[in-house]
Amino acid sequence: MTTTESFADEASTSPNTPIVLLEDVGKSYGNIQALRGVSLSVRQGEITCVLGDNGAGKSTLIKIIAGLHDYTSGRMSVNGEERHFGSPRESLDSGIATVYQDLALAPLMSVWRNFFLGNELTKGPFRQLDAAKMKRIAQDELTKMGISIPDLEQPVGKLSGGQRQCVAIARAIHFGAKVLILDEPTAALGVNQSGVVLKYVVKARDAGIGVIFITHNPHHAYLVGNHFVVLKLGRVALDTHRADITLEQLTTEMAGGSELEALSHELREINPEVVVDDGQKRQEGT
Amino acid sequence: MASTITSPAAADDRVSARSIGARLLSRPEIGSLVGAAVILVFFVIAAPPFRDINNTGTILYQAALIGVMAVPVSLLMVGGEFDLSAGVAVTTSGLTAGLFAYQFSVNVWLGVIVALALSLAIGAFNGWLLMRTGLPSFLVTLGTFFILQGLNIAVTRLASGAVASNSISDMDGFGAAKAIFASEFKLGGVTIKIVVVWWIVFVAIAAWVLLKTQIGNWIFAAGGDAAAARAVGVPVKKVKIGLFITVGFFAWFTGMQLLFVQNGVVQSGEGVGKEFLYIIAAVVGGCLLTGGYGSVVGGAVGALIFGMVQLGVVYAGWNPDWFKAFLGAMLLLATIVNLVVKNRAEAR
Repeated sequence: MTTTESFADEASTSPNTPIVLLEDVGKSYGNIQALRGVSLSVRQGEITCVLGDNGAGKSTLIKIIAGLHDYTSGRMSVNGEERHFGSPRESLDSGIATVYQDLALAPLMSVWRNFFLGNELTKGPFRQLDAAKMKRIAQDELTKMGISIPDLEQPVGKLSGGQRQCVAIARAIHFGAKVLILDEPTAALGVNQSGVVLKYVVKARDAGIGVIFITHNPHHAYLVGNHFVVLKLGRVALDTHRADITLEQLTTEMAGGSELEALSHELREINPEVVVDDGQKRQEGT
Repeated sequence: MASTITSPAAADDRVSARSIGARLLSRPEIGSLVGAAVILVFFVIAAPPFRDINNTGTILYQAALIGVMAVPVSLLMVGGEFDLSAGVAVTTSGLTAGLFAYQFSVNVWLGVIVALALSLAIGAFNGWLLMRTGLPSFLVTLGTFFILQGLNIAVTRLASGAVASNSISDMDGFGAAKAIFASEFKLGGVTIKIVVVWWIVFVAIAAWVLLKTQIGNWIFAAGGDAAAARAVGVPVKKVKIGLFITVGFFAWFTGMQLLFVQNGVVQSGEGVGKEFLYIIAAVVGGCLLTGGYGSVVGGAVGALIFGMVQLGVVYAGWNPDWFKAFLGAMLLLATIVNLVVKNRAEAR
């Protein structure tokens, strides 16, 4: 992997030092090696897209950075310091926030209550909730990121999938995240909703946060990413800057490139009658 | 809420700020308030004694007997659990205080304190076992329900030789305890039982805790989505165990009320079936059985409906046999209203 090496070299010399740096990180569960020799760097104000098919090792990678699992080889450093996270709390305390697909929002609770859940602001001798302040801050944070939710009293369950995703991200940012891991934020969303979330991801980047964007959609990745890491069978198959790759190349790489070609060939052999050339099919259809 | 729209793309013109009316309708207790108003008007017309101001005290007393326990049961239900042992736990507490004071010939207050410790321990046990095993609260508290029901009768018979606790009305401390738990006073000609005052105080405190404190927020979250709550650092297990202990505290209070209002005698078979009345009050008041939604004030209104109907049927001169059927219909209606509310709240 020449690209990986050149990237690692660059990482060590760049003036903008990475907040999270993975060098040759591996993870094995018994005799299964889920992740092998993965290097990755996350810098302030950059979006690192991690792409890969199911089972490529994306989840394992997130879990290592989020503190759910420890790695078994290599080195992970956060702010220049080697770290082994023992719990998600340690990862959070290091400024790494993870927004999982299930979002950790309670659907029947209002937007502002969800926003401050676990970090409620209180006032007075009886430690009463400072609802007005919390609503104001939640509104400000959401507005800053370009989301408009007219009534913060409405339950989160009433919001669209994209809005919910944005509330979860805004919450992570407000509570001091320096690195934001987004686990397939657009996977369950429609086109418009995905657009809202992607815009929001860019806003997070502009706010100086290092974003790790996990996805299996190369189109979404290419819209926002600064650099791309494609995982395949637990290894880095591609690691490149935006300038060095086109969407077509990324899509091909992601889809499996040569493997896809082989598959199409194989399928044709199995039943030539059914799998036909596109052009031929159109002709027959009309 | 003023909608601040700065980003051109973010505003969605399908979403408009809700009117005061719509917001009022989305309160959990609104259904029960409407129900209570309808029932009030109905009995004022149908039952002449209902209009008598002197009977107001009696109606409030009936409501408070259920209402005090409906407070923690509502909180617990918002927190996603329920407690089938709540009814007999009240009797356990009353019996413990009475039997302890009598058998050891000590000041009544010592019995009261021992009963408090036991009630809190029962609540803690329910909560701990639930969190420890991950079993549904239906099973765990059903087990506790039968254990307590059996112990109530067996231990009482062992200690007193009868099915009721011995009277402690002539023992030291009885007068003072009765004044606190089971006295009454006149307010503008209406006799008000002290338990009604306590009920109102408890509802006010619990409603404040639920809506205005961090603990309240955690209760909603623990019941609404325990995994999500845990993920953002809410100590879900502690919250739930705390709620069961709260049920224990109120079971103790209600048990003391029972003991001192009956001149220091508690029947050991009492309390069976009461747990459902508490649950009905909470559900009629807008609490979702599945948790995450509900209100303490709603539970109080549910208890008020219970009191009004129970006495209304009597005042109207009808056969009280109808009462239970009405209660069941009320419960079903409330459940359907809650279901509609929940579906609307969760609609995307």
